[in-house]
Amino acid sequence: MSKWKKTGSAFFLSVLEGISFAQQRFPKPEFETGYVQPSPETPAPRALFLEYLDVGVLFLVLLLASWLIYRKRSRRGILWLSVFSLAYFGFYREGCICAVGSVQNVALSLFRPEYAISLTALAFFLIPLVFTLFHGRTFCAAACPLGAIQDLLVAKPVALAPWVRKPLGLIPHLYLGLAVLFAATGTEFIICRYDPFVGFFRLDARFVMVILGIGFLVLGLFVARPYCRFLCPYGVLLSWMSRFSKRSLSITPAECIDCKLCAKSCPFDAIEKPTNRQAADVKESNAKRFLVYGLLLPVFVAGGCFLGGRAHVFLSKAHPDVRLAELLISQPEVRNDPDNIDVQAFLASGKTMETLIAGALVVRQEFYYGSLILGAFMGLVAGLMLLNQLAFREHTDYEPNKADCFSCGRCMDYCPVGKEVGKTREVGKNPGGWKNPGGLGKPGRCGKPPGFDEYLI
Amino acid sequence: MANNSSCNRRDFLESSIRLTLALAVGGVGGLAISKAATDDWVWQIDPFACTQCGRCADECVLSPSAVKCVHAFDLCGYCDLCGGYFIPGANALNTGAENMLCPTSAIQRKYIEDPYFEYVIDEGLCIGCAKCVKGCSAFGNGSLHLQIKQDLCVNCNECAIARLCPSDAIKRAPASDPYLIKGGFMEN
Ligand code: SF4
Ligand code: SF4
Ligand code: SF4
Ligand code: SF4
Ligand code: SF4
Repeated sequence: MSKWKKTGSAFFLSVLEGISFAQQRFPKPEFETGYVQPSPETPAPRALFLEYLDVGVLFLVLLLASWLIYRKRSRRGILWLSVFSLAYFGFYREGCICAVGSVQNVALSLFRPEYAISLTALAFFLIPLVFTLFHGRTFCAAACPLGAIQDLLVAKPVALAPWVRKPLGLIPHLYLGLAVLFAATGTEFIICRYDPFVGFFRLDARFVMVILGIGFLVLGLFVARPYCRFLCPYGVLLSWMSRFSKRSLSITPAECIDCKLCAKSCPFDAIEKPTNRQAADVKESNAKRFLVYGLLLPVFVAGGCFLGGRAHVFLSKAHPDVRLAELLISQPEVRNDPDNIDVQAFLASGKTMETLIAGALVVRQEFYYGSLILGAFMGLVAGLMLLNQLAFREHTDYEPNKADCFSCGRCMDYCPVGKEVGKTREVGKNPGGWKNPGGLGKPGRCGKPPGFDEYLI
Repeated sequence: MANNSSCNRRDFLESSIRLTLALAVGGVGGLAISKAATDDWVWQIDPFACTQCGRCADECVLSPSAVKCVHAFDLCGYCDLCGGYFIPGANALNTGAENMLCPTSAIQRKYIEDPYFEYVIDEGLCIGCAKCVKGCSAFGNGSLHLQIKQDLCVNCNECAIARLCPSDAIKRAPASDPYLIKGGFMEN
């Protein structure tokens, strides 16, 4: 009972002394029995050199992927490389950090002075883009764990008509725009939060995210790589790069004999048929529409700006300060709700309503400008996408669409020419095909790989 | 080669766009690198900012949470009536589960010498619920506090708890100095 009294009275005293003395209400005892005080355990995070090692692995995987595609023309090699990436960047590294999410780190670093991006995150952002500018989307084929997990589960892909595919292609642009907006305003990292596959890599996720992830994988059995094609924001940047890449995958190592074997081999509908005369005629009649769409472009941009301006109030609600300020203004009674953690923490913090509102207004202003830019960007993208529908590019072979092709190499496997020639000649010495030494294109197409007319979108 | 000039134009246009893209990537990269940090970032809780709301137990992407209670023994008063160990108004000051604040009995109470007791956190049991932290801060020295254990944390690109922490207590910390342990680290 005496112990009770001792601690009890000390406790009572401390309460009297109040908060100002909160650190040491009870002085540390002087032990007489030689008791040795332990120290709190502070296990170190993953070593920095291992983070740099990840960058090295990424670099090597991309190098190897280029070699496999342009020299070896090996679908199997790409497949195994993607399995490795899935194991390493996916299951071993548990999905963080990845190139897809690094977009947000870059945006945060550019717009928020208080955050300095780490070199590893920056490397994960830049290296795949640079590789893609030279060699096409080999990152998607072999290095991206999100792509790999979807690619391995392609079972019975159905072909999607262009009128389904193209409009859906707007979603990744919007997702990219929103991700940059939310990151730049310091709101949140939506790409990471809604990553459907990272839960598999960690073998731990919320129920909703598990359902979402399984949903994507099941959908992916029939609609190949649904996340890559209709959501991935980094894929937008990659497609910009690969549209103008110096090299790109060619289906045949030599002359296309128009056997049509590869036509259905691409699960991602990325192979374009040779154009015919009819299409060329259509092209002529398109000239007027081209002009109309061209004139519509500024209208689209202006419209996007308008919509963005209208949406900024709504979008800004994603920011916790704005949300809290709005809640406290519209429902002052939440102040008495002991279960509302955010409100109670705010009230306990001693901050005034004025500072909260002032902060929220600053955020909203940032959202205003950001949403204008986002709207203009979306208008531009939509307008260019329309224009691109009309762009006509003559080509005589079956060839991948440079922007959409993930460089997975499936189509190469289907091409009978490759097999024969590969045995008798050194295919590897001429990665772009026999008619285009150095891989710089094919006759009849201005000696250029596809892509010129498509640069719009 | 009738359309040679148009070919050259295409060539030229495509290479210039490629160059533009390369410059754009280089520009963004250069801007970012101008303030890039060679150190990596990890997430950590500022124990002085934390208001023990309890979200750390629920919002971590891992279950159980990578947030654990740590004991800054330096600050502890080794009280018999530990505000972090016992529920307020506990019937008896013993290790009976019904008297404990911790929902998982993760705090071990050990007799040292009269009248002092040592409290050690069993990390395997702790779920980071902050109940003990709240008790210790309210009635004791505040020596119990939450930290993100860096061997458990997968270092999410954005910590799922940081997004929801009502007190903005979770911030990026340099990986070379990843803990904010009370005592060793003073409020500034
Ligand atoms: S499109 Fe995106 S998710 Fe798919 S493989 Fe490429 S980077 Fe990865
Ligand atoms: S390499 Fe490109 S075009 Fe060929 S199957 Fe793969 S994604 Fe389709
Ligand atoms: S969410 Fe923030 S305030 Fe709540 S327990 Fe965790 S660190 Fe403390
Ligand atoms: S970074 Fe991720 S794993 Fe670590 S504490 Fe935050 S949510 Fe949990
Ligand atoms: S009360 Fe909560 S935070 Fe404290 S030791 Fe128990 S589980 Fe951990």
